[in-house]
Amino acid sequence: MTAMTIEPVTGRYGHLSIWGQDHRLYWEEAGTGIPLLCLHTAGSDGRQYRAILNDAEITQRFRVIVFDMPWHGKSSPPAGFQDQEYQLTTDAYVELVTTVARALDLDRPVVMGCSIGGRVVLELAKRHPDLFRAVIGLQSSAFVQRYFPIDHLHKPTIHGGEYCAAYCYGLVGPAAPLQHRWETLWHYMQGGPGVFKGDLHFYSMDGDVSDRLAEIDTGRCPVYMLTGEYDHSCTPQASRDTAALIDGADLTVMDGMGHFPMSEDPEKFRTYLLPVLAKIA
Amino acid sequence: MLDTLPDLVNSNPALVRRGQWTHATLLIEIGDQGWLVRIDAGRLSVTPETWRVSDWDFAIRGPEEAWRKFWQTMPPPMHHDLHALVRTGKFRLEGDIDLMLANMLYLKLVLETLRGRV
Repeated sequence: MTAMTIEPVTGRYGHLSIWGQDHRLYWEEAGTGIPLLCLHTAGSDGRQYRAILNDAEITQRFRVIVFDMPWHGKSSPPAGFQDQEYQLTTDAYVELVTTVARALDLDRPVVMGCSIGGRVVLELAKRHPDLFRAVIGLQSSAFVQRYFPIDHLHKPTIHGGEYCAAYCYGLVGPAAPLQHRWETLWHYMQGGPGVFKGDLHFYSMDGDVSDRLAEIDTGRCPVYMLTGEYDHSCTPQASRDTAALIDGADLTVMDGMGHFPMSEDPEKFRTYLLPVLAKIA
Repeated sequence: MLDTLPDLVNSNPALVRRGQWTHATLLIEIGDQGWLVRIDAGRLSVTPETWRVSDWDFAIRGPEEAWRKFWQTMPPPMHHDLHALVRTGKFRLEGDIDLMLANMLYLKLVLETLRGRV
């Protein structure tokens, strides 16, 4: 018999109504304790949190839950997707996260999201401070002005998987371990056509939370922010500007890291995440 | 400045394989000096742009200082990536953008071979 190491992670499918349509949703979890609901970046999937799910120091205190958004990873798009254009909005994203949290009967989870996930956690802290114990925004900012045409992400003359990975190549910090850099890019290579672009509709069109940040009550729902030094999308300055508008926000800039800290350099990322989790519980 | 680029790329089988379908001419402009990089099935040849009358498919233009930072072994933030340098306005991409972006992963890896060598 060949030896195999089995991870303490389980993956399951659930059927539930999201955005008024039936969806088949995939999620993974590991650990017991306070629910820690993790949100992946635009155009990727829950594999970005593979190291968190396998981190015993975290899973002995937290029940880590990672779901693939509809249209992403192993979650299917809804029936009839072939005639729809996928386009994520603020309201849709908030509904998705709260629906999943309720469907899994999570008791005041901590929600941690990266990039688009780092944006929506600010919206969640503002709209639903009693539903979440705390939010952790990775690569989190109020808004990112579009600085490159996004039509190129879904165009018949350009291989979407190759170009999505090429774009994200430089969003990874230059010192990231090669294995994790390329695993991170592989997720982008596997995204469905137009899905990354559809997520960016939220990131750089619909999801500007600038004028709502002052309404966040960190006394009810604490806000932690971790931003990589090398992120040219959500820059450290963008996170500083955002944190300055949230009374009580706790921001740390992570040396050498890029846009995908939990995936591009898990060992280094945990040195920043563990102190934040210690403050929460 | 780009004299060593062909050897660095052509001696790298994985990189040549990645560019096996790429046939194009790239103009790299470093300050006032242009370099014509001919890509033929992933293999490169480079010539300085002598007459400033040239035929290319796509171009990357930027000031010498920005290129030098880009090619540092550990470049500073916002100088570590083409898209970052476009965002800050230091680099400009021109020409057949679809062709360029279709080959962007290969091109980024090609340019990175000069890190710590310029």
